[in-house]
Amino acid sequence: MKKYLLPSLRLTLVLLILLCVIYPLFIMLVGKVTPGGGDGVKVYRNGKVVGYENIAQAFKSDRYFQPRPSAVNYNAAGSGASNAGPTNPDYLKKVQAAIDTFTVHNPGINKSDIPAELVTASGSGLDPDLSPEGANIQAKRIARLRNIPEQDLLKLVDEHTEKPLFGIFGPAKVNVLKLNIALDDLHTH
Amino acid sequence: MNTEIVGIVATYGITLLLAIPLGKYIAKVFAAEKVWTDFLKPFERFIFRLSGIDSTKEMNWKEQMKAMLTISSIWLIYAFFALIYQDKLPLNPDHNLGQTPDLAFNTAISFLVNCNIQDYSGETGVTYFTQHFVLMFFHFTSAATAIAAMMVIYKGLKEKSVTTLGNFWDFFVKSITRFLLPLSVLIAIILAFNGTPTSYAGKDTVITMQGDTTQVSRGPVAALVAIKHLGTNGGGWFGANSAHPLECPNYLTYMVEMIAQLVIPIALIFALGFYLKKKKLAYIIFGVMTFGMLLLFIPTIQGEMHGNSAIAAMGINPTNTAMEGKEVRFGIPATAYWSTQTTVTSTGSACGAHDCYMPMTTGAELMAMMVNCFYGGCGVGFMNYYIMIIIAVFISGLMVGRTPEFMGHKVEAREMKIASIAALLHPFLILSFTALSCYVLVNLPNIHWAFQPKNWLGNPGYHGFSEMLYQYTSCAANNGSAMGGLTANNVFWNVTTGVVLLFSRFIPIIGPVAIAGIMAQKKYIPESAGTLKTDTGTFGVMTLAVIIIIAALAFFPALALGPFAEFFSMK
Repeated sequence: MKKYLLPSLRLTLVLLILLCVIYPLFIMLVGKVTPGGGDGVKVYRNGKVVGYENIAQAFKSDRYFQPRPSAVNYNAAGSGASNAGPTNPDYLKKVQAAIDTFTVHNPGINKSDIPAELVTASGSGLDPDLSPEGANIQAKRIARLRNIPEQDLLKLVDEHTEKPLFGIFGPAKVNVLKLNIALDDLHTH
Repeated sequence: MNTEIVGIVATYGITLLLAIPLGKYIAKVFAAEKVWTDFLKPFERFIFRLSGIDSTKEMNWKEQMKAMLTISSIWLIYAFFALIYQDKLPLNPDHNLGQTPDLAFNTAISFLVNCNIQDYSGETGVTYFTQHFVLMFFHFTSAATAIAAMMVIYKGLKEKSVTTLGNFWDFFVKSITRFLLPLSVLIAIILAFNGTPTSYAGKDTVITMQGDTTQVSRGPVAALVAIKHLGTNGGGWFGANSAHPLECPNYLTYMVEMIAQLVIPIALIFALGFYLKKKKLAYIIFGVMTFGMLLLFIPTIQGEMHGNSAIAAMGINPTNTAMEGKEVRFGIPATAYWSTQTTVTSTGSACGAHDCYMPMTTGAELMAMMVNCFYGGCGVGFMNYYIMIIIAVFISGLMVGRTPEFMGHKVEAREMKIASIAALLHPFLILSFTALSCYVLVNLPNIHWAFQPKNWLGNPGYHGFSEMLYQYTSCAANNGSAMGGLTANNVFWNVTTGVVLLFSRFIPIIGPVAIAGIMAQKKYIPESAGTLKTDTGTFGVMTLAVIIIIAALAFFPALALGPFAEFFSMK
């Protein structure tokens, strides 16, 4: 073993410089020319930062599209899931309560139209997206509270729906933060 | 057709299309044939000169393993102290604290052995320094170590009658310079252009549209996430791993990260065929592995798409009810696909929360890690399969009355003893430690520990048992995924899983290398009519049978108590 001790030490030092200094610094330099400059992509409204494009934020007001429930209260400095198993009785009670709350806040919708994503917590607690169905079902509520025709809101959701990758891979989705900014803009015009 | 299904079929298809040329390239690199990256030779010579290593000196298998154990010991000590004192080291903009000794013990071993089980959360448990200089360093070196050990076996299979099997340092460094690092650069750049942070800036504070003040953790994430998948490591930057929208921002990065974690294990199987010039053998091995993977994947996706019947019974939209712990940008089929591939390989990263998955998914994940050789991790996947081949050769030899041979060398008592120990160690570690944890939980729930056993589990009933079984299975398979409901950052779990990790890494590497080293020294017996052919479909089925018997017999009772019982308890 002694024979390998010094070469091992020296190789470790060389690799630390190559893999932990040169490599990430190079990626950092490349990152400078990416959207967001490597600091994460921020979203601005009237020149002010209102959040990160990929990070869900809480929208408690019924006048906004609400993102999926978060097990970590949308804390982007401590991501996490509920870690609740599918047969856990406490968990199932929470889902039932979320359904009841949703129906109270959204009168006039069919319960059987509520997508599960709106009553289940996401994997990161920071899921920035909704499926088009998850956004559309909230349109009736927002239309009533903001006095906008529901059709206009459905159109807004449609305009902000990102199609599957290259049109064929994966699900369609709507970024909630960008949708809500567009919603406020709709109001001011 | 459903774009979510097309997405995963395309992801797998692209993986195969890339794995074949990559396998050919890797075979040429290690056979020292001409390849286009030979311009790196002076750079490699420079690394060896700085390290004082003669990379041309041939080593026997014992010397190779001594070199591996020496450098691994140095890494372990270095990592342990770096994690404990990380609060005093640079690159800590978020002012995170040093790890406790038991957590540092667990984390250092876990990353050293390519497992990456994380009893801490990335945002608060480590600093930018330890993320890069300890964890990302191990992402590279643990993958390269296993590939180097695997190359010793490949060389043993190729040579007729030799005592030396190449140079460990040469295999190790070339794994990094010729594919792990260049491919990581490529993947990190793709991630960066899709929104994964790359800068060293610390936590940001933003005021949201509703006027709340919230903090956003960031950091040089892209570099780490690239090698985390390529090296089948799995230890992520953030607590939520690749479910975190900065770690895997969209479906394109999903495909890239998914391909990255599968491409090298598959390419190494094809590399065996090119390296030995026995392509048929490689295709048979690949076929068995793929069949096994599909056996696990089909019930997984079926169960996840069927969803949670208890939620459907509440009267909401009955499609896609299994969204708990999943992300909209991936969807259910893609998350199911990831769960299978990340457990058949030893990656263990996650694009959703494993604890929230349907019982059949948990069962398939457990079985994937219990078998641990359908594709498997970088290098170790083949080594585990090699043990199964040796056992299958021996059993088939007995069945048809022929001397058991593999690649022109006799399999005798000594090799069979090593193979049996290596094969039995895995169930022994998993089951005995799960039994120990159950004993402590049931008999000592209120013992005066800082963290009492009665608070360990996040879920009651069968699911809670699955959480404990999963933790030891993941450690023994060096996988690193976890059911997050289990509170594992306490002395009992940190220490017991740390012990499992050490045994389950080095014995399954040294065992197969020893077999290959001993067999390579034996007299070469040319193939004749009396030789048991190992590159046939029949032998592939035989190997699969050995795998299923060893895994099923050893693990079925435990699986029945956990995921299967939960499955049958659902309406």
